[in-house]
Formats: sequence, C-alpha cells, structure tokens
Amino acid sequence: MDILNFVWWIGIGHAGTLISAILLLLRQKWRTSINRFAEAMTLFAVAQAGMYPIMHLGRPWLAYWLFPYPNTMGIWPQFRSPLMWDVFAVSTYATVSAMFWFVGLIPDFATLRDRARSKPWQILYGLLAMGWRGSARHWHRYEMAYLLLAGLATPLVLSVHTIVSFDFAVGVIPGWHATMFPPYFVAGAIYAGFAMVLLLTIPLRKLYGLEGFITMRHMHNMAKVMLATGLIVGYGYVMEAFFGWYSGNRYERYMVWNRMHGPYAGYYWALIICNIVTPQFLWIKKVRSNLLVLWLICIVVSIGMWLERFVIVVTSLHRDFVPSSWGMYQPSVWDWTMFLGTIGFFFTLLFLFIRFLPMISIFEMRTILPEAEVEE
Amino acid sequence: MAEDDDKQEPWEHDLEDPEPFHHEAVVTPHLRRRNVPALYGIMAEFDNPSDLVAAARATYAAGYRRINGYSPYPIEELSEAIGFTRTSLPLIVLIGGILGGVGGFFMQYWMEVIDYPLNVGGKPYNSWPAFIPITFETTVLCAALAAVFGMLALNKLPQPYHPVFNAPNFALATRDRFFLVIEANDPLFKQDEATQFMKTLGGREVIDVEV
Repeated sequence: MDILNFVWWIGIGHAGTLISAILLLLRQKWRTSINRFAEAMTLFAVAQAGMYPIMHLGRPWLAYWLFPYPNTMGIWPQFRSPLMWDVFAVSTYATVSAMFWFVGLIPDFATLRDRARSKPWQILYGLLAMGWRGSARHWHRYEMAYLLLAGLATPLVLSVHTIVSFDFAVGVIPGWHATMFPPYFVAGAIYAGFAMVLLLTIPLRKLYGLEGFITMRHMHNMAKVMLATGLIVGYGYVMEAFFGWYSGNRYERYMVWNRMHGPYAGYYWALIICNIVTPQFLWIKKVRSNLLVLWLICIVVSIGMWLERFVIVVTSLHRDFVPSSWGMYQPSVWDWTMFLGTIGFFFTLLFLFIRFLPMISIFEMRTILPEAEVEE
Repeated sequence: MAEDDDKQEPWEHDLEDPEPFHHEAVVTPHLRRRNVPALYGIMAEFDNPSDLVAAARATYAAGYRRINGYSPYPIEELSEAIGFTRTSLPLIVLIGGILGGVGGFFMQYWMEVIDYPLNVGGKPYNSWPAFIPITFETTVLCAALAAVFGMLALNKLPQPYHPVFNAPNFALATRDRFFLVIEANDPLFKQDEATQFMKTLGGREVIDVEV
C-alpha cells in the first residue's frame, strides 16, 4: 500500500511539470492560465509521495540515513540500489519543482507587495519578492533562467518516473521485470496527472468564476492529452500481457493468467474498465464539452490509476516463485486512514495556496494580452 | 619623461570648471555632506509598452548607455532597445551542470570504490552503469540551482532597497505603468540635458530619482 500510494501520488505530480515545462518549451501559450496551479499541485503531490517511503522506513526519524553524509558508522549508501536512485530522483524533483514554482512567483509577489494595503502583508510579500522591480535587465536574465529551468525540468520529470519504474523493473519478480516499464510509467503518470488537474480545475473554475481565463479550449486540450496518454497506457497493458506470453517463461505466463483470473481478477478488470474503456468517451466532442461528465471521467481515471499500481504491486508479489512466499494482501484500516490523511493534507496545502497566492500567473497572463504587443 | 601638456590628469582639473567629471559630479561626497539628496537618475513614465520601447530606442540612439526600463512583464524588445542582449547565465548553468555531473559520479565512485569497497552481489566495485541515474539527477539538480541562484546573483537580488522605489508612481511598475531611467553615472549624463531630452520622449512625466 505504501509503495502503490507513493507511485500514485508522484504520478499525479507529473502533469504539473509537464504543463509548465514541456508546454513552455513547445510554446503552447494556452498553458499560461493553468501552469501556476498545476505546479502547485505537483509540489503538494510530491510532498505526499515523499512521506510514504519515509513512513515505510519504520523509523522515519532516521530518514536522513538515506543521504550520503559522513557518519560515525563509517558506511555509505548502496548506490547500486534503485531505492537509492529514488531518493535522489524524488528529492531533486521536489527541489527543482519548488524552485521553478518560486521563481515563477517572484514577479507576482512584487505585484502583491505593491497592491497590499496593510503593513504586515507588505512586509511579507516584500520579503518574498526580494526587491523585484521589473527592471529590463532583470527580466532578460529571468526569462533565460526560466527557460533553462524548463529545459532542465523536462528530462527530470521523465527521469523521475523512469527511476520509480526501475524500483520494479530492476527486480526479478514476474510482472515487474520488464524493459517497457519506464515509458509505460511515464505515460501513466501524465495520464493520472492530467486527470487530477482537470478534477481540481473544473470545480475551481466554476467556484471562482475563472471561465474567462481557463476556457473550454483548456478543457478540450487537457482531455485530449488524457486520451492520448490513456491510449499509451492501454498499449502498455496489452504489451504486458504479450510479453508474459511471448517470454515462454512459465512464471511470467502464470502471472498474466493470475492477474486476469486469480483472486485479484476483479481489480484487474476494474482497472481495464476505468483506464481503457472510460477514456474512449473523450473521442466525442460533446463529452469533452460536458464538464460534469468530464469531471466524472477524471475521477474514474484517478481510481483506475490507483488500481493499476495496486495490480502491479500486489498481484505480482502475492504469487512469487516459491509457494512459501505466497499470500494474500488486503490494505488494513490504517493503510486506508493514512491514504485519506495524505489526501487531506494535499487539499489543505492546495486551499492555503489558493487563499494566499495568485493561482493564475499574473505576469504571464499580461504577456498574452493584446495590449502587451509592442507596436513598431 | 615625456610630458603631454595637452592631457589633463584627473587631479589637475580646472577649479573654475563646475563639472570636471560629469560621471562623478552628482554624487560627490561634499553634496552628501550638505544634505543635498544625490541623484540616481532621471525617470520618465509611460502608459504602454510601445511608447516605452520607442523611447528606449531614442535614448540609446542619443548615446546614453546606462539606461534601464521597468515593466510589469518581460518585454523582449525592451532589453534589445537598451542594448542588453547578452547574459552569462547559460554559461553558469552549463558549469553548474558539469560540476554536478562530475561531482555526482565521483562521489559515488569514491564512496563505493575507494573509501569503503563492498562486494554487492559479485558486481564490480566500479559498477558505473548503476551510478548513472544518480549522476543524472545531481547534474540536473546542480544546473537548476545554478540557474536560480545565478539569476538572483546576476540580478543582485534580494535587494530590499533600490533608489527607483523612491519614485512616487513606481508601485505601478508591477501593474500597468512603464518606466525608463537614465542613470546619473552615464558618461554623457548632465541633469538638465537629460531632463530636457526625456521630456521630448512623450511620456506622462519626467522626474528626478534620488538615491
């Protein structure tokens, strides 16, 4: 449960980086009104994801042992282990996402500072804005830094889920040991992430009356990205089954058979319905335009992506090579409450963000206004 | 010793000359001592980006070099207009990335091969393919840190105080107003001339910015 929730959360985070970094590099201007919000979502989702491995240690207060620091025990971490790679990937990802988000906020902090009416807010926003004054030289370097960060975040986000998938793929457990895992996981992450962005954006847009900023075009585009990545994920499921059969390896074949017909078959078929069948409705423009239906599809996909990780983690592990290690796993009530707790923490951070910080990038919205054009 | 009589050395300036060194004249210590506010520059205010860019081009064409524009959002044409098109930031980021990559790899190499060699599953001590993921991550991390802190350092931020904040309307620079400044340390700067020149640029108003 810890592993699958970790993967689920970190996957959700990926859409934020994708929207802010990759779409920036591709000069997709429509990203502007959703990138700040998506970045915040990334950051908060990664915070939840980061808690799982730490809790999983059993002695979370010793989590710093994972880092290579000179210690009295005289030993170093085991760098050949994918779990160690994870430590570096996730902490780098969290750091870079936080910096990307904060750098994006600096000019907006300056706007807030200059608009704040009471002294405490002026001081607080003033500290955060760090004396930003909109100088042309500053803007030039700022834009360069932002572009370079986007360029760095793009391979980073792909590497993070690749490394997460290595946690499985480097192991020899049937159903994990597949070369297809990195791209399959990355596509799944983007899929889940866009579902979560839509899941949050649809009610927010309604509540705050942001229809003018986040238009139907955004909804359509995000739904299309979901459809595309959903199809890649579907291809992944088909190939997983094909690999199992084509390997000729009895353990691999049994694993596939066990997934479809074993004690966890219900989870598997629910996953197929949630992740492959449901998004097919997104081909239809009417479905994409109906926000309630779109929102429900996003919920189904989020559940489906959770089921996917459950199927990968649990069904592979519960029938190992030797029958002595066979068993059944059902999440305990504490597993569920902890999961609910992370969801609650995620929404707490998100609502604090919406309350206190601009959830749509102010300065980037200005650049796409017609008045911002310089007439020669 | 060959004497060049025509050449005036800095310490032998004519006492009658009111402004012997234009670029230092306005901020000399004796002015400060007399409590006359020293001048940072002359600022003009504009309503829209097009006027600002046009004014910046004209100012640059008039020979002023220490000029700067202020705007609520990035304007590509503006940094070109004030002659600021190169930044060493990409180089800093490249160096950061190289240091991160080399450092990340050799950190692992030193720990696993030199300081505490440990046989793990019969793999070689220097099992370099297994070190690549972390090498990649440290490369990206250090390059990103270099980008953010390099940008802040080149911009000299955080900087709580700056003279331009003294201008009465400057709070609008983060909203919908555009500003152009000729700094007093420009070699061509003469307060009256610069003020007269800026008044011809068609802005809303022209003011002195004190240090």
